[in-house]
Amino acid sequence: MRSILPITTVCTAIVAIWYLGAVFLNAQWERDQAERAGTEISWAQILPATMAQERPMLPAPHQVAIEIWETTVEKRITSNRSLIYHGWITLSATLLGFAMGVCLGILLAVGIVHNRAMDLSVMPWVIASQTIPILAVAPMIIVVLYNIGIAGLIAKASISAYLSFFPVVVGMVKGLRSPDRMQLDLMRTYNASAWKVFWKLRWPSSLPYLFTSLKIAIAIALVGAIIGELPTGAQGGFGSRMLNGSYNGQVLIIWSALIGAAVCAGLMVGIIGLVQRVVLRRMGIAR
Amino acid sequence: MMWIVLALGLWVGGWALNVWLARRNTGTAALVVPVIFGVALLFLWEGLVRGLDVPLVILPAPSAIWTTLTASIPTLWADFVQTVLKSVVPGYIMGCGTAFLTAIAIDRSPFLQRGLLPIGNLAAALPIIGIAPIMVMWFGFDWQSKAAVVVVMCFFPMLVNTMEGLQASEKMQRDLMRTYAAGYGQTLLKLRLPAAAPFIFNGLKICTTLALIGAIVAEFFGTPIVGMGFRISTEIGRMALDMVWAEIAVAALTGSLFYGLIALAERAVTFWHPSIRI
Repeated sequence: MRSILPITTVCTAIVAIWYLGAVFLNAQWERDQAERAGTEISWAQILPATMAQERPMLPAPHQVAIEIWETTVEKRITSNRSLIYHGWITLSATLLGFAMGVCLGILLAVGIVHNRAMDLSVMPWVIASQTIPILAVAPMIIVVLYNIGIAGLIAKASISAYLSFFPVVVGMVKGLRSPDRMQLDLMRTYNASAWKVFWKLRWPSSLPYLFTSLKIAIAIALVGAIIGELPTGAQGGFGSRMLNGSYNGQVLIIWSALIGAAVCAGLMVGIIGLVQRVVLRRMGIAR
Repeated sequence: MMWIVLALGLWVGGWALNVWLARRNTGTAALVVPVIFGVALLFLWEGLVRGLDVPLVILPAPSAIWTTLTASIPTLWADFVQTVLKSVVPGYIMGCGTAFLTAIAIDRSPFLQRGLLPIGNLAAALPIIGIAPIMVMWFGFDWQSKAAVVVVMCFFPMLVNTMEGLQASEKMQRDLMRTYAAGYGQTLLKLRLPAAAPFIFNGLKICTTLALIGAIVAEFFGTPIVGMGFRISTEIGRMALDMVWAEIAVAALTGSLFYGLIALAERAVTFWHPSIRI
């Protein structure tokens, strides 16, 4: 609770800097306009004008807020001008891909922990693949999948899955290995089978690691879905909205899509954090 | 058909060899096994592509990619210079540098720290890559806009990691510095920065991949006619997937080398840390 004041201070500072930036970045355009019209323009005239440009360099926060309000509340959800409509397209791909990626990641991690050959051969490549800029490949995967006949949701989801499965594998391998010698020996003295050891010891003790990985995975899954929408063009979603805005110079659309995506990411990470707290507390491992 | 059988046979053979090597449990196995796995994977890919007659527009064979790669080295080098040397490296240095300096600047103010840490953590999870079109609009099509994206992408992970690292030294150790009558600067230089080094390097490592991704994706939004991201998007448009894969191979190699460089520096600087000292 005591950190509310600092956080609000920092947020206020960010908004203030944003306004200042809007004034300074947009002032040049107003001056150019005035010069072209052959008139002098004073700061008193520039100041309000920079807040209300149609195509500003940097829109003022309230302009973005109004744009978001107009495209979420005042439009019908089914309209393709609605931000919620686009948000849902991105979000559905994100969630599907996230689910696929997490299942794949957990399965792979279980395999790696239980099979030494798999550990030695796969694990270095999983780690090496973290250093590869996979996101840059995303548009190609979309095109390739389109050629095979898979388009739209599944294609985007597969990029999200591909991105989100790495953090899960790395986190889960660490988590499933986290029980120490003593605990494993205890299970052995109980004559527990490998299945029992997994289910009663390894799985519960890996959950804190799993939740940490899930938070990273969902954030990167959203990024993957957005990037995946870049080459599909007009089909909708945050990514295509950003691309359209960038081609047409409609800055407000880019900013509203950006804020919308940020809110989605924040919400999803928050929900996972909430589930984490509830689950870990009920299991008695909450800190 | 021949190719499929051959490839599958090689795959099974490689896997069996790996299982045998893994059971032997020698030190060299840890080095040899991943190599065998990688080579077997490449052969499986080559064999399946040839055997099943997969068209070039879906998946080119590794040999075709290699031919393109060696045939178009001047183009690839120009793209590398534009993307990596002009956008990634300056952006990475500026982004990580400012984040590091910011973390040290707000180190003395617990108020700012409590405010910035949650926001930095949140920002690290946000799809920051979305600012790419805005940066292209602000800084033009050339490398400046890509470097700007890289700066913003690197800033928050680095800031959060450095801030956490600066709090990593223990109270006992700080008290000891106090009994030595060490000032703030001395404590920072001799105790807290070295203690923060593992965290700082963790941030630096995360940023290597982010920086490459940022620069390449930003190029999708507009570039001069050179650069890795530009090449990938235009060659996809021409359905020349072998060139795309060659570019990806270069990007992967660059990413791994960049990461490896930072990891080497980490070993040299944090030689005292338990995870290195083994």
